[in-house]
Amino acid sequence: MCVCPGPRRIAIPVRSSRLPLLSDAMPAPAHLFPLIRSCEISRIGSTACYCHHRHLCCLSSHFAHSHFRYAPQKKFAALYRPKEHFNHFIHTRDYASTPQRFYLTPPQVNSILKANEYSFKVPEFDGKNVSSVLGFDSNQLPANAPIEDRRSAATCLQTRGMLLGVFDGHAGCACAQAVSERLFYYIAVSLLPHETLLEIENAVESGRALLPILQWHKHPNDYFSKEASKLYFNSLRTYWQELIDLNSGETTDVREALINAFKRLDNDISLEAQVGDPNSFLNYLVLRVAFSGATACVAHVDGIDLHIANTGDSRAMLGVQEEDGSWSAVNLSYDHNAQNEREVERVKMEHPKSEERSLVKQDRLLGLLMPFRAFGDVKFKWSIELQKRVIESGPDQLNDNEYTKFIPPNYYTPPYLTAEPEVIHHKLRPQDKFLVLATDGLWETMHRQDVARIVGEYLTGVHHQQPIAVGGYKVTLGQMHGLLTERRARISSVFEDQNAATHLIRHAVGNNEFGTVDHERLSKMLSLPEELARMYRDDITIIVVQFNSHVIGAYQDEEL
Amino acid sequence: IMFLRLLSDIQWRAAHPKWRRMSGSQRSSSTTAEPHPVALPAQAQVVICGGGVTGTSVAYHLSKMGWKDIVLLEQGRLAAGTTRFCAGIVSTARPVSVELKMAHYSNKLYQQLEQETGVQTGYVKTGSISLAQTQDRLISLKRIASSLNVMGIPCEIINPKKVLQLHPLINIHDLVGAMYVPEDALVSSANVSLALATAASRNGVQIHERTCVSHVTIQKGRVTGVETDRGRIQCEYFVNCAGQWAYELGHSGEEPVHIPLHACEHFYLLTHPLKDPLSSSLPTVVDPDGRIYIRNWQGGILSGGFEKNPKPLFTEGRNQLEIQNLQEDWDHFAPLLSALLRRMPGLESLQIMQLVNCPESFTPDMRCIMGESPTARGYFVLAGMNSAGISYGGGAGKYLAEWIVNGYPSENVWPLDLKRFGTLQSSRTFLRHRVMEVMPLMYDLKVPRWDFQTGRQLRTSPLYDRLDAQGARWMEKHGFERVKYFVPPGSDLLDLDHSKTFYKPDWFDIVGAEVKCCKEAVCVIDMSSFTKFEISSTGDQALESLQYLFSNDLDVPVGHVVHTGMLNEKGGYENDCSIARLSKRSFFMISPTDQQVHCWAWLKNRLPDDSNLVLEDVTWKYTALNLIGPRAVDVLSELSYAPMTAEHFPSLFCKEMSVGYANGIRVMSITHTGEPGFVLYIPIEYALHVYNEVMNMGQKYGIRNAGYYALRSLRIEKFFAFWGQDLDAFTTPMECGREFQVKLDKGVEFLGQEVLLEQKQNGVYKRFTMFILEDHDTDTDLWPWWGEPIFRNGRYVGKTTSSAYSYTLERHVCLGFVHHFDEKTGEELVVTTDFINQGEYEIDIAGQRFQAKAKLYPFSSLFTQRRRKDEVELSGYQRE
Repeated sequence: MCVCPGPRRIAIPVRSSRLPLLSDAMPAPAHLFPLIRSCEISRIGSTACYCHHRHLCCLSSHFAHSHFRYAPQKKFAALYRPKEHFNHFIHTRDYASTPQRFYLTPPQVNSILKANEYSFKVPEFDGKNVSSVLGFDSNQLPANAPIEDRRSAATCLQTRGMLLGVFDGHAGCACAQAVSERLFYYIAVSLLPHETLLEIENAVESGRALLPILQWHKHPNDYFSKEASKLYFNSLRTYWQELIDLNSGETTDVREALINAFKRLDNDISLEAQVGDPNSFLNYLVLRVAFSGATACVAHVDGIDLHIANTGDSRAMLGVQEEDGSWSAVNLSYDHNAQNEREVERVKMEHPKSEERSLVKQDRLLGLLMPFRAFGDVKFKWSIELQKRVIESGPDQLNDNEYTKFIPPNYYTPPYLTAEPEVIHHKLRPQDKFLVLATDGLWETMHRQDVARIVGEYLTGVHHQQPIAVGGYKVTLGQMHGLLTERRARISSVFEDQNAATHLIRHAVGNNEFGTVDHERLSKMLSLPEELARMYRDDITIIVVQFNSHVIGAYQDEEL
Repeated sequence: IMFLRLLSDIQWRAAHPKWRRMSGSQRSSSTTAEPHPVALPAQAQVVICGGGVTGTSVAYHLSKMGWKDIVLLEQGRLAAGTTRFCAGIVSTARPVSVELKMAHYSNKLYQQLEQETGVQTGYVKTGSISLAQTQDRLISLKRIASSLNVMGIPCEIINPKKVLQLHPLINIHDLVGAMYVPEDALVSSANVSLALATAASRNGVQIHERTCVSHVTIQKGRVTGVETDRGRIQCEYFVNCAGQWAYELGHSGEEPVHIPLHACEHFYLLTHPLKDPLSSSLPTVVDPDGRIYIRNWQGGILSGGFEKNPKPLFTEGRNQLEIQNLQEDWDHFAPLLSALLRRMPGLESLQIMQLVNCPESFTPDMRCIMGESPTARGYFVLAGMNSAGISYGGGAGKYLAEWIVNGYPSENVWPLDLKRFGTLQSSRTFLRHRVMEVMPLMYDLKVPRWDFQTGRQLRTSPLYDRLDAQGARWMEKHGFERVKYFVPPGSDLLDLDHSKTFYKPDWFDIVGAEVKCCKEAVCVIDMSSFTKFEISSTGDQALESLQYLFSNDLDVPVGHVVHTGMLNEKGGYENDCSIARLSKRSFFMISPTDQQVHCWAWLKNRLPDDSNLVLEDVTWKYTALNLIGPRAVDVLSELSYAPMTAEHFPSLFCKEMSVGYANGIRVMSITHTGEPGFVLYIPIEYALHVYNEVMNMGQKYGIRNAGYYALRSLRIEKFFAFWGQDLDAFTTPMECGREFQVKLDKGVEFLGQEVLLEQKQNGVYKRFTMFILEDHDTDTDLWPWWGEPIFRNGRYVGKTTSSAYSYTLERHVCLGFVHHFDEKTGEELVVTTDFINQGEYEIDIAGQRFQAKAKLYPFSSLFTQRRRKDEVELSGYQRE
């Protein structure tokens, strides 16, 4: 999420020196919550630890790459032991100097890269695909353990269109998980016409079978929380009941529907945490969802209408093929972070002038949070009183958690954060070949222009290179050998992947200075131990949607 | 395409005027340039299809042997197929003895061909260097060098320095050694073919180009004629030399002739000349570890290879025009180009002329295909040269001509015989998959006991899954999966690649344990793959016919089993089998697995045409379980409630009885190993039941599964010869100590009788002998395989035919033939027992000689204490 190449290295020794402390301070509640993987808890725990020793948190290492950053403090040097630092760098150099020890073989690399890949092809009817979407490839590569990114894809069954989204969680994955499960339902419901809503409500009322709303396209690793489904459903039902009552009679505007869905879901997340749940597990879950955060970048494709709703700093990019066959990138979202001046302006507009200086520090909201919009993160939305009340009445785990207890500095006029998305509408043209949705893990390593080129060449099969013929040219054996070696390097990196997202990840992680995949580098990056991986890269989640230019062309003709 | 003109057409033009003049004066009908082609003759004795090097070589040799009424048909122009594209390397370094002899003969033939015919063949004696990048490769080269040397072909193992002296361009830094064969040569293969055609044409062979054979007519199992696009020719003999089209042609008629071969694309590179053009006498370089060969070519080089990922083509069958349109594929060639530049870095700046794509045909076992069809008499085949067409062409043509004229070649060609294959190897899918393995194998390191990995699990015993689950490791023979040994649970054998060794293999102790169990308790070996025939008749026809076809006396009481050779006119083994007399008028015959096609054809062609005499192949009907060991008798008597002791069930006896619930199990008191025990022939639906019963009952007697490696060790230490390995059509029973299986006085004339009688009186010229290696360390020395030269008092006397480690003797045992060559003339003399016994022997394993003790009889004393009296299967027979 954060683009901070500098701190990354500093973070290494700090983090490693902190680790023993963490385990001491951790309450180790893992056995109480079998569903929460221990790492996740340790993350919450570690947060607590840092906060507990707040004056020590100067190192802020843990947050160097998360959305949070605690203001640098003076005692940095005191805790920081140069010797360890030194040792550590020696150690890192070891990786470089004796690489064979850590090298993964190409098949091992592939099995890591492909573990989460998923492809969906829009089914054809009568040998024809009438959808403007040919299909999509998605994949994710964890850096955090467990990964904090989520992805979702679904086809709307009661309206036309397809929904795809990537979600980047912070301070744990709870919020990203909840949003990935719920957001598309909120969007789908927002898009439904009044009659369909009534029909659904009646079916629920009378216990009849419900009209299916979404058809999910999920990788087996993408899970839904069974425990919370009832709770989530009830919130959703309340939402559509309100929509029915509000019946405006107007046809649903996609932009509005998206904005409403985003805001409503964030509101529900907030409400559920305030209300709590008698079930202690669920109670803790809704609190974790609310106290963690997630950005979302969602695409809705219906015919040639492409809407991108974005909250946070994931990004949507359109791959356009120019007439000369080259590839260019068109941004379909704006990052909501300190680099976006408009966004900084917006935040400043929403708060009194007196806070102007403290609002954005070190490129972070209140000096802590990288994205300026997000789901969850009630610490940036609730009043101090509300936060205190919820924490006090909450379960012990929450109460003991120093991070949740911690109130951001200069917290005067909440809310500071919103989940309201910025929606961009784009009419697809035949030259628009694909859409890339990806979390910032990709964008911080690759320029969008390179992404457009790599995916474009992958999808159009430039790798099916023309055979070489010597013909009448004067070619030497050495020249031919060089040419063939280069072709093989290109081909092998493409042929290994059946999935455009995997191919992109391979480049993102393994690209050398020449822009080609360097297996050594790739292997080195992937063999980093868990605790180091996060220092070198972020979670990466990518969805590549491929468009059907023929169908889009036909739509265009119709409109003309 | 430019190259085609350069290499071939120019040469063609160079040769063609001469050729046309000659053919004109010889009233022959080379018709390429003539507007009105000469009409085809209505009949001929022999029609040869294919004008490549094999077809012309067959024509050449047939005409040399005096046959004149021969027509050679070529669908395009002479030498226009694979022959035209061939790299033209004549290399004698071949691992299989008969291939080596063919290549040697070809070399000598080509050398004098220009003088004989006046056609320039481009023959240059350049020599060849085979490089070794690893010690294992060097061992395999040393093995070949040993066998070349004893053939009188100059050959030496040289160090890298010497390599550099012979060929200054070679990078020697990664070499451990090399083999230098100074007499290997280069030719222009198209011109060799033209020269052979010219000579044949002078001898009266009619050659018709642009004539396409559509199919061969066969009536009553005999060739009667050939249909072409220019009319029909009646003929007695048809020779299919159609190269990669041989498979198609074989299938074109109503009665298919299965010729299992399949084409793969093959690439080689041609360059412009070097600045200092390479000498035309520079040796050819073979770098098998780099998978490439490199020869000098018009001052530049020609380099091709056998890549790991071959591209099979024409699987669906195509017409020959496509061969002209095959594309260069540089990406495919890239690994070979890398290997070339690694081997000769100085060539980097050499300019490319062309990458040639020239398909070659490959066979399922990497050996060429020759011989007569088992189903159509007079239908001969010579094809599937595995990209060594020019090396083998001369010799193979000679053998095939001899075969047609004399009924059999002058050498044992069983390893190349078409009848080693059946219909089961002619599936297109099988061939496509198998040749993808075979082509890279050309340059793969071949260690003892390697197996093909593709085209497997075709024929299996009903017990396959059961045995597999118990750790069976499999090998394949004639499509049938057979167990090598059983890996005990928990033990961790090396994976395939790592178990490749010329030394002590990783299964040594596993097989040792199986052998021990055979000796001390009882083992079960599934031997279902054996070929099983039943011969029965209404009257005495079966007995009478068999008495003529087999050398032993088959007029034995019902229930007896007879080991006997199926001999040819020269007394040589066509087959070696066990025959049980089931009743007065029916016989059950067991022969080696790969005899299924050959033996069937042999019998079919020789049994009288009598509807009351029935020959049936029942191979698939029975599962055979071999119970080996002293406790087999206990297991079987408990399962059958029948006494199985020697008094009730003597050795070499056959009885139908019940085993467990299953009735009608054919039990024979033979084990093919010389150990006590029984073979159970079980109708397949009972196989699982009987196996389970045997294993359950056997538990208390210590029963376990065993495989063929154990069997092999047992039979070799008992000096049992095995057909196809030790015995062949040129070996008589007298030469392998089996006189007792020949009943010269049985009162009935039989095939080979005269020769055997003569041998009995005058002695034999070779003698099957057993050698026990004396100073050989099993743990650290190279293991013998087969084909190792035998030296007697320092002089070469023969080669080994098989070998195994004897766990009883704790020594390696080699079996092989000893000859007696006159010291001065080299003439073969009679081999006497004294000659064998009075020599000091050494066996040469990859150039290293080990002392060996020769024996003409097995170590009976070592084994007798475990054997039952009078039940010794005296030197029975064995097959694998």
